[in-house]
Amino acid sequence: MKHLDEYRDRELAAPLVAELRRAVSKPLRVMEVCGSHTMAIFRNGLRSILPTGLELVSGPGCPVCVTSASHMDAFIAIAGRPGVRVAIFGDLFRVPGSHGSLAEAGSKGAKIDIVYSPMDALELAVANPGDLLVFLGVGFETTTPGIAATILAAHHRRVDNFLVFSTQKTMPAAMETLLSDPQLKIDGLLCPGHVSSIIGAAAWQPLADNYRLACVVAGFETADLLKGLTLLARQVANDSIKVENAYPRAVSWEGNPRAQAMVAEIFEPADMDWRGLGRIPLSGLKIREQYAHFDALSRLAITLPEAEEPKGCLCGDILKGISTPRHCPLFAGRCTPATPVGPCMVSSEGTCAAYYKYGQDLES
Amino acid sequence: MCLAIPMRVTRVEGDPNDFTTNQIATVDADGISRQIRLDVVDHWPAVGDYVIIHAGFAIHSLVEEEALKNIALLQELAENTPEELLS
Amino acid sequence: MTGKTIQLDHGSGGLASQQLIAEVFLKHLDNPTLHSLEDSAVLANQPGRLAFTTDSYVVDPIFFPGGDIGKLAVHGTINDLAMRGARPYCLSLGLILEEGLELDELEKVIISISEACREAGVAIVTGDTKVVPRGKADKIFINTSGIGFIDDHIDISAKNAKKGDIVILSGTMGDHGITIMTRQAGIAVEGKLASDTMPLHRLVATLLKEIPGSVHVLRDPTRGGVATTLNEVAGNCGLGIELREESLPVRPEVRAACELLGLEPLYLANEGKCLVIVAAEEATRALQIIRGCQEGREAAIIGELVAGKPGRVIINTPVGGARVVTPLHGIPLPRIC
Repeated sequence: MKHLDEYRDRELAAPLVAELRRAVSKPLRVMEVCGSHTMAIFRNGLRSILPTGLELVSGPGCPVCVTSASHMDAFIAIAGRPGVRVAIFGDLFRVPGSHGSLAEAGSKGAKIDIVYSPMDALELAVANPGDLLVFLGVGFETTTPGIAATILAAHHRRVDNFLVFSTQKTMPAAMETLLSDPQLKIDGLLCPGHVSSIIGAAAWQPLADNYRLACVVAGFETADLLKGLTLLARQVANDSIKVENAYPRAVSWEGNPRAQAMVAEIFEPADMDWRGLGRIPLSGLKIREQYAHFDALSRLAITLPEAEEPKGCLCGDILKGISTPRHCPLFAGRCTPATPVGPCMVSSEGTCAAYYKYGQDLES
Repeated sequence: MCLAIPMRVTRVEGDPNDFTTNQIATVDADGISRQIRLDVVDHWPAVGDYVIIHAGFAIHSLVEEEALKNIALLQELAENTPEELLS
Repeated sequence: MTGKTIQLDHGSGGLASQQLIAEVFLKHLDNPTLHSLEDSAVLANQPGRLAFTTDSYVVDPIFFPGGDIGKLAVHGTINDLAMRGARPYCLSLGLILEEGLELDELEKVIISISEACREAGVAIVTGDTKVVPRGKADKIFINTSGIGFIDDHIDISAKNAKKGDIVILSGTMGDHGITIMTRQAGIAVEGKLASDTMPLHRLVATLLKEIPGSVHVLRDPTRGGVATTLNEVAGNCGLGIELREESLPVRPEVRAACELLGLEPLYLANEGKCLVIVAAEEATRALQIIRGCQEGREAAIIGELVAGKPGRVIINTPVGGARVVTPLHGIPLPRIC
């Protein structure tokens, strides 16, 4: 595939491995903020060839992982209501709430459709006028513009049976919260490529300025990852902390103004619950009053139940990069991809799932 | 946190300035095709352009020049070019 | 029969059942053994050891590019026999039909079964049909059981894999799985995607005729894909399996659809592919033989059996990295993240 294969090419990537080794001249801790980076690093087997001294910690950028148990419980409760049909991204299907998952709700009769796009959910609403279709919205800045556009399309098409349950999250506010934890010690951030397509590389400037963190926006292919890590190592080695854009084919400094305008039209900032991080002020988005007709929270009068966080689960610390799955008493015992306890095991890009799937005994 | 892949635009419908029209493109890659939405793309693409797609929406028009710059950047790195040239 | 549907009466054993048997089943599947319509088929003994297998087929949609549920039901069971080195001899056909299924659709499936049987040289010798009320099944469920015979000198089993053996995959990965997935509403993708469903007994027979002692393991990577099947083999033989990522054959359109939907071809179902594990010294010859068969033209050597890492499957990536390939957990779902 054009614009993809070039960046996976061995000819291009192989010299970058050596380059990265040269760039890491002193110990370095880097957080890959984005779950898709975590997955891409594992899939490429990069952990097995990283230079000693470079440590990667996985951040909070997996939307399924940071979906709070109370939100999952509400999703599952809605799916069980008569006359309701829920549409979800496949990522959400097996995520555990306090009791059970959407997969289990489906086995008990809930109508659950897995869609690729929120627009597909809108079409399902149109095709099933007898059902109230609720799209369970998760995701960060990359996903939210499409959900906003779908709500606007529903508005223009006067679709009456389409609702969105927004748990949309915004990354910079959450990162500020994470970084203000004195326990957290990292030198640089591998910044999420596709979130940055929307919000622009400039969004990371305050983190570079205020926390003295090296920031490099990177893509997801082999060469992109190696280059991103190399640039981070160089910034730290040279003490030249700044925001660099290593993904110019997809990311500009300012971001995507059309997408930003679409989001601003439909959503407004709101406090948001994050699994493992708790409630973070203005780190989420709710549907504006003007579009309340499409807001599941108001139309279905949803009150979020008190969530029970699973005992012994270290997901919170793992998301902060303070701990790793190996330190969790549940990891690979009670908590496996087949029987996930915490959210980090559920999504295939969750830190624990990624460790389980790709990391086991490779380092032994 | 967000899978997105580049695909080539083969057809464009709708008016970029009018959200009451269906802003749709057909895209293809290696023998598959799908309809996607252009409602939130940064620059309105022409047929033949590549767009980066996430969850059925184009989120970025991929400009050939930027792609070439990106490749050059990686190649330069491999030859140990000072980072000042890379931004 | 245009416009007619399956009624509960068709499963009653009465007149409607008899009519269905005569006008659809015998019309297309007739042979002397089936024709007797007795309670069981009586078969002549064959030389060799007897292999016996069963499988049930449920798929939505029942017709898809590259095949349909009928072809799957014939090919799947033939392949299960072939994977132990058996020559398929005959099949049973059990149908569970949903009330309201269009008779035309049923007949299309039966014609497809008949074609698949004729093409494979295997007969349906006994069968059964039940009808359940609308909503209690999804159009049509099929069970086929198969009997085959294994020549005395042949011993194919995962436990026979040896250190240094070479893993050959008979063609591209994921064609069936991605084709079915992209037919679902909400995740539809257009394009050249087609199921790979086909019988592999001839390919296996050729291989066993040419290099009988060197073929150690045969497996068809159906549900769970190549990743899961190889994990089973590794678990059974107590060795590790190392794959080279670059050598894994995937059709470009399958890969593109996987990229779009966030799926891995390694975990997608195949219905016309087999993994052949052969002694290293005959690997080149085995590859030539497989590629010489119509069914295996795109075969490739994908990896080898190694000591150490017992029970594990490892992929070596193009940049010199390595990662563990685990079996499939849950069902493959499209994802955005």
